[in-house]
Amino acid sequence: MANVSEKKKKRNYNNMAYLFVLPFVVVFLIFSVYPVLRTLFLSFHNYRGFGEMTPAGIDNYKRVLTDKFFWRTLGNTIRIWGVNIVLQLGLAFLLTIVFSDIKYKVRGLAIYRAVYYLPNLIACTSVAFLFKTLLDWRFGTFNQIISTIYKFFGATYNPVNWLGQASTAGNTIAVISAWMWFGNSFIMLMAGVQGISKDYFEAAAIDGAGRWTVFGKITLPLLKPILLYVAVTSLIGGLQMFDLPFLMLGKTDAAYSSIQTVVMYMYKFGFETGTTQLGYASAIAYVLFFIILVVSLIQFKFFGSKED
Amino acid sequence: MAKKIKKVILYLALTILAVMCMVPFLLMIVNATRSGVEITKSFTLIPGDSLKENWEIMNNFLDVFLGMRNSLLVAVPCTLLTAYFSAITAYAMAVYKFKGNKVLFSVIVVFMMIPGQLGLIGFYNLCNTLHLIDTYIPLILPAIAAPGTVFFLRQYVQSSLSPALLEAARIDGAGELLIFHRIVLPIMSPGIATMSIMGFIGNWNAYLTPMLILNSQKKYTLPVMVAALKNSTDMQSNQGAIYLTVALSVIPIMLVFCFFSRYIISSISAGSVKE
Repeated sequence: MANVSEKKKKRNYNNMAYLFVLPFVVVFLIFSVYPVLRTLFLSFHNYRGFGEMTPAGIDNYKRVLTDKFFWRTLGNTIRIWGVNIVLQLGLAFLLTIVFSDIKYKVRGLAIYRAVYYLPNLIACTSVAFLFKTLLDWRFGTFNQIISTIYKFFGATYNPVNWLGQASTAGNTIAVISAWMWFGNSFIMLMAGVQGISKDYFEAAAIDGAGRWTVFGKITLPLLKPILLYVAVTSLIGGLQMFDLPFLMLGKTDAAYSSIQTVVMYMYKFGFETGTTQLGYASAIAYVLFFIILVVSLIQFKFFGSKED
Repeated sequence: MAKKIKKVILYLALTILAVMCMVPFLLMIVNATRSGVEITKSFTLIPGDSLKENWEIMNNFLDVFLGMRNSLLVAVPCTLLTAYFSAITAYAMAVYKFKGNKVLFSVIVVFMMIPGQLGLIGFYNLCNTLHLIDTYIPLILPAIAAPGTVFFLRQYVQSSLSPALLEAARIDGAGELLIFHRIVLPIMSPGIATMSIMGFIGNWNAYLTPMLILNSQKKYTLPVMVAALKNSTDMQSNQGAIYLTVALSVIPIMLVFCFFSRYIISSISAGSVKE
């Protein structure tokens, strides 16, 4: 008899879980799950945000796949991300090698790490306007500094319009993006190195292994999963790039078409008055999602084969 | 000797990189005190005397303190809601046996990987239908459901809370709500603090959603207000005022970082190790 009542009590307090997760579940269904499904629904319709909504079948998807402007924005996004990730991860990786070197024993990790991370904390809007103003080609401080350096060596500097021409605008944004994110990648890689057991390094030192042997045989293989993780999360974020290019260049700028990203293109059809086509914007969102999904699955395959 | 020289070069390179991270902010602060004409002529690291003038130009165009107040009005409730409801959800998922626990966990993991832009159009459409455009509700209320924070705190509970403690409290006759608030919440607080600092900064810096939802200038959060500089020709002609505006938007976060950098860095490290 006592046993039964105890069981009942146990079931009772387990039932409290429903109450505890209820607020989360309700809000989650309304503000996370429903919008994603609603976007899917809209992608199969034609809708201007007001008036009549008509079914469109898969027309919107067909249109995305044959829309050369969409592919151009995807190309822009990948190009900007590509330059960015080489710089961001390359720098972070180099720093990790330096700070994990067993012979140099570089000091001050905590301070350097904090300073390198600083740019990542600042709102994208502030970074965008700061650099937009610093990089102004006629009156900006950045070109003034370069000009001074040129003068010092007796040369004359022909001011580069960093954001004003298609050949440099994308790369400039990529460099700013790398500046914002390399500290973050460095902290993640460094956490990975610190997670490697010290025994490996000590054993290697006893065996008389050189710096590069230790790096190639111990550090790099053990760091590979984190390196991949950082690269793939960066790609997922990079494919959704919006704030920096959106704020740094306007539609009337000459270089605009070379830095317009996929999400900026989606924004045009989703939210700009005059060009609102919610169905089309939703289809763009889902095509981008599908691309991101494929990339993520490739990542999982990588991780899966590692664990065997 | 060669080793020493190598070491000096190494430190020099590291320091140059550190300077590159700070110089833009330094130039920003210096330029905020110089007049537009001075800035266009040359650069310097010596502050000028046009701070007041820049302040007046800026004040004519926007009210930074109103922006800060609005940002706080959004970011503080968001952070508190995320902290409390993520903690209680994570605790329930980690400790209790109930139907749907596994499903809930899978859905959370899936939604952590779904890119934010996917639901954006549906989200706006929903807010439109519910007449929530130009209010803070769609910016604050969704903070109750933060899958990433729940995921992190669930692991935190599993590693830091001993089931024996809960049993002991139950034998003493404590109710489940009391146990959560009096015993579990204090134990979880370091994990909650770590997530909350990052959450606060994220909310403070958020741009896209507030920009879409808010229409009236009086309600603009700081990043939306700063972004509105894009359309102002008065301000564009005076770089000093732009630098001042940007500086004022950056300083609060820099102060937060000075006090909490340790937590912030440990939360990023935690993110990479858990994978």
